[in-house]
Amino acid sequence: MFDDFFIRALVAGVGIAIVAGPLGCLVIWRRLSYFGDTLSHSALLGVTLAYSFSLNIAFSVFVISAVVALLLVSLQKRTKLAGDSLLGLLAHSTLAIGLVLIGFLSYIRFDLMGLLFGDILAVTTADIGLVWIGGSIILIILYFIWKSLFSATVNYDLSAAEGMRPEVSNFIFTLLLAGVIALSIKMIGALLITGLLLIPAAIARNISNSPRQMIVIAILSGILSVVVGLFASLEINTSSGPSIIVVALILFIISLVPLEIKGQLQKR
Amino acid sequence: MNENNSLLVRLKDCGVQKSSKWIVKGISLEIHKGKIVTLIGPNGSGKTTTAKMALNILKSNEGSIENYSTKMAYVPQKISIDWTMPLRVIDFMNLTSHINKGEIIEALELTGVQHLIYNEIHNLSGGEFQRVLIARAIAKKPDLLVLDEPVQGVDFNGEIALYNLIKEICTKFNCGILLISHDLHFVMSATDHVICLNGHICCSGSPKSIVKNSSYIELFGEHNAATLSLYQHEHDHSHQTDGSVKN
Repeated sequence: MFDDFFIRALVAGVGIAIVAGPLGCLVIWRRLSYFGDTLSHSALLGVTLAYSFSLNIAFSVFVISAVVALLLVSLQKRTKLAGDSLLGLLAHSTLAIGLVLIGFLSYIRFDLMGLLFGDILAVTTADIGLVWIGGSIILIILYFIWKSLFSATVNYDLSAAEGMRPEVSNFIFTLLLAGVIALSIKMIGALLITGLLLIPAAIARNISNSPRQMIVIAILSGILSVVVGLFASLEINTSSGPSIIVVALILFIISLVPLEIKGQLQKR
Repeated sequence: MNENNSLLVRLKDCGVQKSSKWIVKGISLEIHKGKIVTLIGPNGSGKTTTAKMALNILKSNEGSIENYSTKMAYVPQKISIDWTMPLRVIDFMNLTSHINKGEIIEALELTGVQHLIYNEIHNLSGGEFQRVLIARAIAKKPDLLVLDEPVQGVDFNGEIALYNLIKEICTKFNCGILLISHDLHFVMSATDHVICLNGHICCSGSPKSIVKNSSYIELFGEHNAATLSLYQHEHDHSHQTDGSVKN
């Protein structure tokens, strides 16, 4: 009863959710949600550049996100502006440049909605390979730098003093974040990628009491959001990205219930 | 030869400059195995900065740093763990190296907080958390231990016990300790070498010699210096925790 494209979207989506789980937890712990947003806004520029020079979309998005991340670091050193102002500056200017470029590329028919909000029809077999191979590489690298990354998240000085080399793992983490955005842009869309990073991890935070548990629950709720969201997208013919995020939001609201009950019990 | 074998860290004329202002300058010090070096000085005198140079967290803008330590452990002065992270004491103990559960419990017992092992870090009081921090550093069995005001927020009896523990660890593991402390009584009674900082090294030496030093007296006030030298004198024939504390 399922069409091939739907199976492809499902397989790719589950892969993305698995990678987004642990990275999303780190984004929440490090309070980097706005940073993730900036990277995903700049992804649109990556896509237009990919069309202009007929490059691979994921590759081009990854490069642009990485460049933006490096720009941010160098601007932080050079200017007296706060991190959030610089992030806003980069997010909106890269988004604007991307949209202006789309105007120039009028000879190519663009599915702007698809770019911004994701399109399951666009997922090809090659994309599945990209998601699963790219995702595995991201997870393997994450596994090796985990101790350093995690300890630096808790306390940078402590991690540095005890030989964890946090400056290296921080840099790699930025690239991994750019990587996961590149992998998921087709499916979720430029505007909503941060949602898939954040919301499953936020759900997990509500109902977990150790870092490992939080990661596992983030992955599981990410998978659930993708699967249910894609079914809904197929049934009621909506964009895939928003459908997935709405399902994640519903799960988040449900995850608040145990917290409420706990709070009520403590009051008594 | 013997001297060199025990050497863990040597700072020679080191200093840290931030936006053209020297935070500390001309710092020279050595930390040896089995010895406690203490940094004292007023707020903003560069104690933490000096400790961070010894730990290789901060690079020195002048001079040279030699670090022969193979395993360093650090108890930072201020650490706030984001409440977005669900972190239990046991996870925190394993933060930078894997330590087996028996050793974790043993270390937590030493600082008196073994009952908190499965508690979330956020639910600990300031003093309890400080005890966990010290336990974590001890459990790593370091050869160099850097403690930045380790007993802040700990109750009075606990403070004495923890200072005794630090002294005990120093001899038991034969590790070098760099301690930042405002508790001049402990500093004067239990450490091997005292360095008095105020942007630079005002004076340094054994506790006995330093209380007589004029720059020390200037920095800490005559009254304080007098009570401490008095204390030092008393200490020759009484126990260190006899309660003759001014404040």
